[in-house]
Amino acid sequence: MSRPEVWLVIALAALVTLAERAAFLVSTSDKPLPPFLRRSLRYVPPAVFAAITLPALARPSGVALGPVDARVLAGVVAGLVAWRTKNITFTFLTGMACLWLLTWLVG
Amino acid sequence: MEGLREVLPILVGVTPFGLITGVSAVGAGMHPVDAVLMSALVFAGAAQLAATSLMFSGAPIWTVLLTVAIVNLRHLMYSLALSPWLRSYSLLSRLLISFLMVDQSFAMQILRYPRAGEGYPRVAYALGNGLPAWVAWTAATAVGAVVGAQIPPEWQLDFAVPLMFLGLLVPAVTTRPMLVAAVVGGALALALAPLPFNLGLVIGSVVGIVAGVVAEGMQPREAHQEEAA
Repeated sequence: MSRPEVWLVIALAALVTLAERAAFLVSTSDKPLPPFLRRSLRYVPPAVFAAITLPALARPSGVALGPVDARVLAGVVAGLVAWRTKNITFTFLTGMACLWLLTWLVG
Repeated sequence: MEGLREVLPILVGVTPFGLITGVSAVGAGMHPVDAVLMSALVFAGAAQLAATSLMFSGAPIWTVLLTVAIVNLRHLMYSLALSPWLRSYSLLSRLLISFLMVDQSFAMQILRYPRAGEGYPRVAYALGNGLPAWVAWTAATAVGAVVGAQIPPEWQLDFAVPLMFLGLLVPAVTTRPMLVAAVVGGALALALAPLPFNLGLVIGSVVGIVAGVVAEGMQPREAHQEEAA
């Protein structure tokens, strides 16, 4: 992608994002949202984050431990830390440390 | 002032995320200046990470924008939840608060406003935690973009991206229907990963959301009411 194209994407992405954030905050309508849509919005974060995370974690790194890729294993450990601590920084640090350790052990 | 004092936990979360966003944008092939520009204008880490990895893999512009729209769909929910609390303020204030609304600042506002009284300075609170977060975010991206070029590939820093999303995903799953939404969305996206244009993400997200709604409808009545409360 050329730089002018990158700038175009940045400008449009900024507009799309602001539109989503401002949608209900700037609207003056008092009409309530249909219950189905209201309910659907609640499931956006888990569904979207999972749809990003799982394929990215499963992408092979080439460092395999038997049948399991080092990244998958590091991801599982980081997932446990995320669940126990709910802390994004701890999750990140554990996952990276685990991947480095596994790569070092196997390599 | 309270918004300012409470910004510390936000900064602790925003700074490493910004660093990674800068590092991975440059790693994907973006000019460091453009990476900072993107952080300053878009101010949405999850969407930026997803977009930059697509932008330099030959994906057409519309798929990049569709991905940004999907990843940021949750902001619609934030916007809806905050609207009754901010209705009486000027359009400019509401636009500014919208621009600065990220996951953490939404969470803090929605916890604060119901507890604070009627005359609480909500705009000051929102800007007090939103503006420092924006400054930290943009600055951290700049540091990441500059440092990123010097980081050797053996460090496998690209793995930071799925880890960040994992750190967002796990706390987002608080009920059983939400678990259903996550499992269905994630598994489908994984199975459809070979599809072009990031369609696996789009289809997985949409079907995951529907699965969550269906699962909620199948819950026993008491659980239903509990969640509504």
